[in-house]
Amino acid sequence: MKFSLEKLFWSGCGLLAVFYALLPVVWIVSLSLKRPADLNDQRFFASQISFDNYRNVFGDAQFPAALWNSVGIAGIATLLSVTLAMFAAYAIVRLEFPGKKAVLAGALAIAMFPPVAIIGPLFNLWRLFGLFDSWAGLILPYMTFTLPLAIWTLAAFFREIPWDLDKAARVDGATPLQAFIYIIAPLAAPGVFTSAILVFIFAWNDFLFATALTSTNAARTVPAAIAFFTGSSQFEQPIGSIAAASVVVTLPVILLVLLFQRRIVAGLTAGAVKG
Amino acid sequence: MSSHPAERRLAWLLCAPAVAAMLLVTAYPIAYALWLSLFRYDLRFPAQRSFVGLANYASVLGSEVWWKALTNTLLITVGSVGFEFILGLALALLAHKTTIGRRSVRTAILVPYAIITVVAALAWKFAFDPTTGFINALLGLQNAWLTEHWSAFMVIICSEIWKTTPFMALLLLAGLTQIPADLLKAARVDGATAWQRLRLITLPLMKPTIMVALLFRTLDAFRIFDTVYVQTRGAQDTETVSIVGYNTLIVRLNLGLGSTVSVLIFICVLLIAWLFIKGFGAPFEQRSGGPS
Repeated sequence: MKFSLEKLFWSGCGLLAVFYALLPVVWIVSLSLKRPADLNDQRFFASQISFDNYRNVFGDAQFPAALWNSVGIAGIATLLSVTLAMFAAYAIVRLEFPGKKAVLAGALAIAMFPPVAIIGPLFNLWRLFGLFDSWAGLILPYMTFTLPLAIWTLAAFFREIPWDLDKAARVDGATPLQAFIYIIAPLAAPGVFTSAILVFIFAWNDFLFATALTSTNAARTVPAAIAFFTGSSQFEQPIGSIAAASVVVTLPVILLVLLFQRRIVAGLTAGAVKG
Repeated sequence: MSSHPAERRLAWLLCAPAVAAMLLVTAYPIAYALWLSLFRYDLRFPAQRSFVGLANYASVLGSEVWWKALTNTLLITVGSVGFEFILGLALALLAHKTTIGRRSVRTAILVPYAIITVVAALAWKFAFDPTTGFINALLGLQNAWLTEHWSAFMVIICSEIWKTTPFMALLLLAGLTQIPADLLKAARVDGATAWQRLRLITLPLMKPTIMVALLFRTLDAFRIFDTVYVQTRGAQDTETVSIVGYNTLIVRLNLGLGSTVSVLIFICVLLIAWLFIKGFGAPFEQRSGGPS
């Protein structure tokens, strides 16, 4: 009897946790599906489903441009950051060299760094170099601020790889390239993929750099664009469009995270605990 | 530690691009900010640029805006990290405890992590909005939450807690799984209550993880910008230090004073990290030895 009561208690808590996590998400989805006339009905669920908000948000030039900027900028920053981090993490895990600890500690220091402390200098420098309001002007800070995360995650994953397999394959007659392609690369892929997701989410999420270093549709990413959406009057936020745009940029990332949840949990906690 | 010269060269070569990027895009700008903070430099009046020494620091530290923002930031930091810790610990215990619900709980708590902070802030803003939101209707109130000081604070802190608790919970859960189950079983056999087991075994053994989680989240909460910007833009006395820095630099284009604010924020972050490491014994040295 006591056992089943305990079970009931924990299941109830579980339901509560799921409710907690999903509440605002369901709310914004439901808001985005309301008819424009129903937006102010103060109801949680849409009484009648309409896709008007989605049509509006894609009909406007601002949102598609921001979406393209977000995908491009976050994608390129991820590619660069993970590539550079891969080199560094390989050296840290596999090679002995003076300065290894300095690299790791420096990366950790940057992870704790307040981004607002450098937006002023970057704003000034980017204007001088012509990088203000350009893709490169956002890719550079995103790449740099995600390098620590990528290096730490990759180093944690690389440590788990049985590198001696490489030697065994070479003894069996594989060339170094073959040993790398068939043995090492498949073992390293999950770690690389996980850090890529974490880095992408950081770049996708950023708002501070995106508002400070852009001014037009040329490079403004979705978070900044959503915050500056304007309605019929300057003081009224177009709630329906904002909700629809929010859903469009949120759902793919949620799907990505849920599909790869095991790896993401491993990546987020790597290093923090085993330390 | 004796390493081959060729190996050393290869290692440095492999690290060079990442280190160069980190130096160029963070170390150099912070040095440049330090330099700019010594000048009167307003982009609207660039001709009046002149060296003023520490005068900018005197005027920022002498202004009420800075101290007000610092108090607000500390309040938000302590409020959100404190609640998050309790809630995160509860979620971690829950995910650890339930075998059936573990997957669904783990999945659910990843959702807030995956959401853009701006979107989460807007969702909560609309939920509390007196004309659009469901919260007033639900509670039978007529509050305009974001137009009053304390209720605006509450909405901001709630949004922060909702968004970042998963990170805390995941870190704590990882620490929790490292506690030997036999130890807890033995304590249970010896008659320790659930509360005693938590207080005397689980929490002490988790101390390193807890310190790391708290340090990371405190530094993260201290630089809060997105949520406040979206929900109040600093109105109702909810300005944080990051908002003050942003407004001075990007809105008022005052690079001298703005850089001073930047440098002061940087010093605050260093102070917090130092306090955690020296004061509370956060296991920083182990960490810098590498994550293995």
